[in-house]
Amino acid sequence: MFKKIGFRLIFVVALTSLVIIGVYAYFNVKSQSAGLISEVERHANQLGETVISSTRFDMMLNQRDRIQQTINSIGTQPQIRDVRIINKDGEIIYSSDSININKMVDKRAESCYACHAEDKPLEQISITERTRIFRVHPDSNRVIGIITPIYNETSCWKSDCHAHPKNQKVLGVLDVSISLAEVDKAIVVREWEIVIFAIVAVIAVGLLIAFFVRRWVSNPVHDLLNATKQVSQGNLNYAIKDLGDNEIGKLGESFNNMTKKLSEARLQLFQSDKMASLGRLAAGVAHEINNPLTGVLTYSSFLLKRTKDNPELQEDLKVIVRETLRSREIVKSLLDFARQSVPKKSSADLNEIIDKSISVIEKQLSIKKIKIIKKTEINLPKITVDANQMQQVFINLFVNASDAINNESGTILIITKQISLSPFGVAQIKKAACPKRHSLIDNEFKIDGLPALRVKVVTNGNEGIVHLDPVYGKHRNYFELGFKTSKDTKFVCPDCNTSIVQQDKLCPKCGAPVLSFEISGQGVYEVCSSENSDWEKWDFVDSAGLKEFLEVRINDTGSGISKDDLPKIFEPFFSTKGQKGTGLGLAVIWGIIDNHNGTITVESEEGKGTTFIIRLPLSQK
Amino acid sequence: MSKPQNILVIDDEQVIIDAVVKICSLENYSVDAALNVKTAIEKISKNYYPIIICDIMMPDGDGFQILNELRNKNINSALIMMTGYSTVENAVNSLYQGAIDFIPKPFTMDELLSSVFRANNYQEIKKKQTAFSNKNTGHELLYVTCPAKYLRFGYSSWMFQENDGSVLTGLCDLFLKTIESINRIDLLELEDEIAQGISCLTIRSGDERTHKILSPVSGRIIEVNQNLKLNPNIIEKDPYFEGWVYRIIPNDLGYEIKHLVPCSSDRL
Repeated sequence: MFKKIGFRLIFVVALTSLVIIGVYAYFNVKSQSAGLISEVERHANQLGETVISSTRFDMMLNQRDRIQQTINSIGTQPQIRDVRIINKDGEIIYSSDSININKMVDKRAESCYACHAEDKPLEQISITERTRIFRVHPDSNRVIGIITPIYNETSCWKSDCHAHPKNQKVLGVLDVSISLAEVDKAIVVREWEIVIFAIVAVIAVGLLIAFFVRRWVSNPVHDLLNATKQVSQGNLNYAIKDLGDNEIGKLGESFNNMTKKLSEARLQLFQSDKMASLGRLAAGVAHEINNPLTGVLTYSSFLLKRTKDNPELQEDLKVIVRETLRSREIVKSLLDFARQSVPKKSSADLNEIIDKSISVIEKQLSIKKIKIIKKTEINLPKITVDANQMQQVFINLFVNASDAINNESGTILIITKQISLSPFGVAQIKKAACPKRHSLIDNEFKIDGLPALRVKVVTNGNEGIVHLDPVYGKHRNYFELGFKTSKDTKFVCPDCNTSIVQQDKLCPKCGAPVLSFEISGQGVYEVCSSENSDWEKWDFVDSAGLKEFLEVRINDTGSGISKDDLPKIFEPFFSTKGQKGTGLGLAVIWGIIDNHNGTITVESEEGKGTTFIIRLPLSQK
Repeated sequence: MSKPQNILVIDDEQVIIDAVVKICSLENYSVDAALNVKTAIEKISKNYYPIIICDIMMPDGDGFQILNELRNKNINSALIMMTGYSTVENAVNSLYQGAIDFIPKPFTMDELLSSVFRANNYQEIKKKQTAFSNKNTGHELLYVTCPAKYLRFGYSSWMFQENDGSVLTGLCDLFLKTIESINRIDLLELEDEIAQGISCLTIRSGDERTHKILSPVSGRIIEVNQNLKLNPNIIEKDPYFEGWVYRIIPNDLGYEIKHLVPCSSDRL
């Protein structure tokens, strides 16, 4: 338990407040008791003066009984322990306690020491020196004693009794002792009050600190800890909820960012791993299947030659040869996919390819009573594609669509048209250089499969690398974690440290410095250096105008794809068809479209249907 | 057509051997068979087979071992490589290491026969050549070797890089001679991509055989020799200059050139 930060923090804070309150209490009690005692002192002094002045008259008349009576009556007051009058020889003449009368007081006793230290009594001493605090027994209450000297007066030696000579300055002393029991009690009460206050304060501070530590530190740290456990167990999709805008909140954000990137990296690794094993699998399958296929193909073509006079047999054999050749193409395309080979492109009519594809599976569709509606643009320009591969794409998509249509009388809608798209979000930066002609393309670091632009960042003495998206307009830039850009941040070429910040120009969106890259033969590419801005400009590409694409939309009224599955459908081996599918279909399609520099995207709503959108660039450059 | 010669077929699958035997017997070749590399090497050392049809992947070795064996023992058999694992690398390697042809499995009867037919003619021409050089009588020109600055892919096709960086490709005369007569040439179109080791044109010979030619380099076609379409015979008359086939922009010449043989080495 003591290992918890919160507990340690509470402990330290409580200890500190305890010490502070303790010290404060000590001095407070001390000063308060001093005040109380001085009050008692003053009171005692006053009492002494009162006794002297009230007995003065009796003394003049030398009425000793009256004096004794007065002292007795004063001594009966509860606070007053003892009132004595001692003559200069140290004999107690009057006392509220009659036992003490006529007893001698030792001048050397501590109470007398203040005046009698020098043998000769002092005549004038201050009130503090006349005061003493003592205990009669070690376990009895404290007592304050104050001695008031009784000075000689004219009337004393002129009086009839002639009790005192003229030359005597001090006739004796009045010693009043007052019990400090009440004061001590008050002090003890005060001390207890302080102790209780200290305990309450420490507990209150502790609870308050505990509450905020829990709220600001313990809970978020617990969340973070929990998240790291989740991540270490392999759950990379775990995201920490918003932990506020303090440092821990930032830590949480950067943790989420980290896991996101980690999961992306893992996905990529996973994908390439799958591709690699698929490649091995395909190669193995191809080799194993090609041998028996050779048997079928050679023997059937051999038979075809030997049965030239039997037209009926010829027809059947031709089917065998034709279908075996098709199998050969299938195996070949599997190998081609595994190797991601270059498509064999030729100029073709996309509508024609679609028609051919439909004719292949028409029968299958008519059994399921699925209607095909075509809304094709007539006079579509010819496009350079691998017609076989494109046919494979369309057949695959039609089969998927018909599989998705569970109820009878669904429809598949095919739309083709020519569209113009802005190069923004499409054009790729393939060559970029610093002002000293060093290449800034990083073939080691790829964003979405394309080599990224690499820039060194120097800020507050730290160095880092920023990887910029090579696709104009996508802006999926990777900022190395752990640094913040500021006014003093420098963006330089990693090879020669030449600045690549454009002079006299700031980002029109956020005012941050603008980085500029020379794209060989294609003008200059500018991008905002801030992580939070998405401003970028490539005049050369912008001025080239819109790019022409052929778009094919294949829409079905089937069951749709769930939101969870949607991002995974192009992954190899991802299948919702269970035993029926291999999970390769869409991965192959993606590979084919990608090899044609095209894009394939999907829109789907569960229960309503799915639309695949294929866009192929008209010019292959 | 010249006289059919002995063939050795090497494959670890009986069905392939049976098929090859059956097909080749149809054209009166006599076919011997070996089920593994070991037996094959034994048979090669005992008998001379002008034509060997060999699988690449076998349990106890691969077809390249047979090619090595032939080279080491200086046996001039014409070897046709066939494989179910028909990668471009395998095709390119086979031709570079001295195979005269590469057929991917599965193949049709016609594909096998046209390849065997060319191999047979190839051996016939080589035999004549040796006979002439032995006798030293006269100098009958059997075929024209390709010019010194050219590079050839196996014995079938050539390439030559021009000063502007573009590459011309065409067919070697020896290969054309093995086809005997050209009836029709099927060419690819402008802007098509061709790849090293992948078929880039088809020739239909006078006897209705189809011959596929593997491209020597990869790249994009920027010009097709239109004269070939009008008059296929140009290629036979002047295979290295007037009879060029494609002009291409090469993709990765630096790498692919390693698999090509400089024609200057033929003149030694």
